[in-house]
Amino acid sequence: MSSSEDEKVWVETQASPEFQALRKKFRNFAFPVTAAFLGWYFLYVLLTAFARDWVSQEVAPNINIAIVLGVLQFVSTFVIMWLYERHSSRTLDPASDALRDKVNARLAK
Amino acid sequence: MIDSRTLATILFVVFIAVTLVLVFRAGRSNKKSASDFYDGGASFSGFQNGLAIAGDYMSAASFLGIAGMIALFGYDGFLYSIGFLVAWLVALLLVAEPLRNSGRFTMGDVLSFRMRQRPVRSASAASTVVVSIFYLLAQMVGAGSLVTLLLGIDPTDTNAKNVIILVVGVLMIVYVTVGGMKGTTYVQIIKAFLLMIGATLLTVMVLAKFGFNISELLGSAKAASGSATFLEPGGKYGKDILDAAGNIDAFKTLMSKLDLISLGMALVLGTAGLPHILIRFYTVPTAKAARTSVNWAIGNIGFFYLMTIALGFGAAALVGSAKISEADKGGNLAAPLLAQELGGGAGTTGGAVMLAVIGAIAFATILAVVAGLTLASSSSFAHDFYANVIKKGNVDPKKEVRVAKIAAVLIGLVAIALAIGAQGLNVAFLVAIAFAIAASANLPTVLYSLFWKSFNTRGAVWAIYGGLIAAIVLLIFSGNVSGTETSFIKCLPDAASCVKFNYFPLNNPGIVSIPFGFFMGWLGTVTSNERNTAKYAELEVRSLTGAAIGKAVQH
Repeated sequence: MSSSEDEKVWVETQASPEFQALRKKFRNFAFPVTAAFLGWYFLYVLLTAFARDWVSQEVAPNINIAIVLGVLQFVSTFVIMWLYERHSSRTLDPASDALRDKVNARLAK
Repeated sequence: MIDSRTLATILFVVFIAVTLVLVFRAGRSNKKSASDFYDGGASFSGFQNGLAIAGDYMSAASFLGIAGMIALFGYDGFLYSIGFLVAWLVALLLVAEPLRNSGRFTMGDVLSFRMRQRPVRSASAASTVVVSIFYLLAQMVGAGSLVTLLLGIDPTDTNAKNVIILVVGVLMIVYVTVGGMKGTTYVQIIKAFLLMIGATLLTVMVLAKFGFNISELLGSAKAASGSATFLEPGGKYGKDILDAAGNIDAFKTLMSKLDLISLGMALVLGTAGLPHILIRFYTVPTAKAARTSVNWAIGNIGFFYLMTIALGFGAAALVGSAKISEADKGGNLAAPLLAQELGGGAGTTGGAVMLAVIGAIAFATILAVVAGLTLASSSSFAHDFYANVIKKGNVDPKKEVRVAKIAAVLIGLVAIALAIGAQGLNVAFLVAIAFAIAASANLPTVLYSLFWKSFNTRGAVWAIYGGLIAAIVLLIFSGNVSGTETSFIKCLPDAASCVKFNYFPLNNPGIVSIPFGFFMGWLGTVTSNERNTAKYAELEVRSLTGAAIGKAVQH
């Protein structure tokens, strides 16, 4: 198969409604979540830099807000990882596997 | 009574022997194709690769550096752990799967996918080698001081350090040239396993000392430190800076806080631009496996960084900052000293055994990381620069692998020479440079390549060189290089005059150079008419579906 025919497969697949739906499902999760966790991370960094008195208050003996916020960054990282895995295995993987097989079959012709 | 030096030496030798056997066995099975050298035949499972990623990522800076920073400065060391961990979400959500689907061997594969090959691959190879060399230097300089201190060699004995650097350098060259990606991956998996076991053991022992009561551990650390603010942010970064009259200097204080934010940016955005991490995603067969590897990596790395809190504060409480900074000014020996203390203290058999075991693990840590870095830079040199720039893509794969091996030897020799020359340099500074350059030059280009339709050759080249040059120039004109007591060119307060050109007020360039990299990528793109929409269609479909995975792109 010549490369110009391959090119046709790629361009047509990209324009197909199935692919556009997959692309949308991927981007609608990945982009807002990235913005959210970066925002949450920089909020934490800004608080440790500029709100020292507030984050230094103790919520329990020797445990201050800064330590709690830090541990929450770990928690949110694990939660986002879990959410993305769920989103991928439920929604993205089936759609992308189906498209992959279709494209590979066309390329092999 | 067992001598910890003898025992540490025995354990080092055992580790080296075991890894060499594995690497040579991997090398024997490696004769088939170029893929064996570059990506281990893309045959690892997500779990194996997850461990290897953790092994590649948890460098000496993580294990020794963070624990030491917490032990000496309290809370602020924790900032590193958080940035280094959250950074993995960028890799997970935006980079790992599309990269696995659309590239084969190097970062340059994806960056040059729809661009003119020679300029983009040259730029990609240049930034890969620069980032990797800075990272390598940090590890090798660290190895020199670590091993000399563990073996009880006089720290001022530079010959002994040079010998250690030479040994580390030769071993990493052997791992890479003989074992390729497969051998290197085995070394990283073993190291990750050892490091997790060692850190868990220490953490459980520390917590047991305090009845598994975190509050008591933190309270003892604070009491032992003698600082009322030990548990609060600000021990090291973003301090209030006083002027000569004792008032807060508003400008300098603001700069110090911006420096903290700049560091935070480089940490969180650097990981997904580190070439030695990116090429690890190629060692698994599918995007799904790449995702699984990142999940395992996040699990391991997150658990490990939580443990560094216990190790750092435990060292502060049980060993004490005076003893830690006496052994090493940067605090890099906090974890080994803590191990010694938990085993029964200096001069006891238990203490000697624990010190030797943790010391050997730290050494394994360094070896695994330097091997990964050498592999990343030699792959990029051979695949991007030699095969696609010099030979324009017409090269026998066997010849290409031979060039990669020669490149590994040369890069190894350069790293040995530079590390011997760089011995006085601060290890954390070198790692911070690597992260800042990766975030400024590589991350913008990777993200634009994958997600921006209009992105083109000029945009890619300007983003890489723009970010790279901005980061390096700002570093040269920062206090890291001149003007302060801790600079490369030292300027002591009592000196009458000294050479200084520290015009840039921050130590971390990221806050300027990262946006600059993104800006240059945009500017280059909009000022050039080149658009390759068909190739972008191919990239987008491949990256989201995994169609034609592992097949070369036709240019």
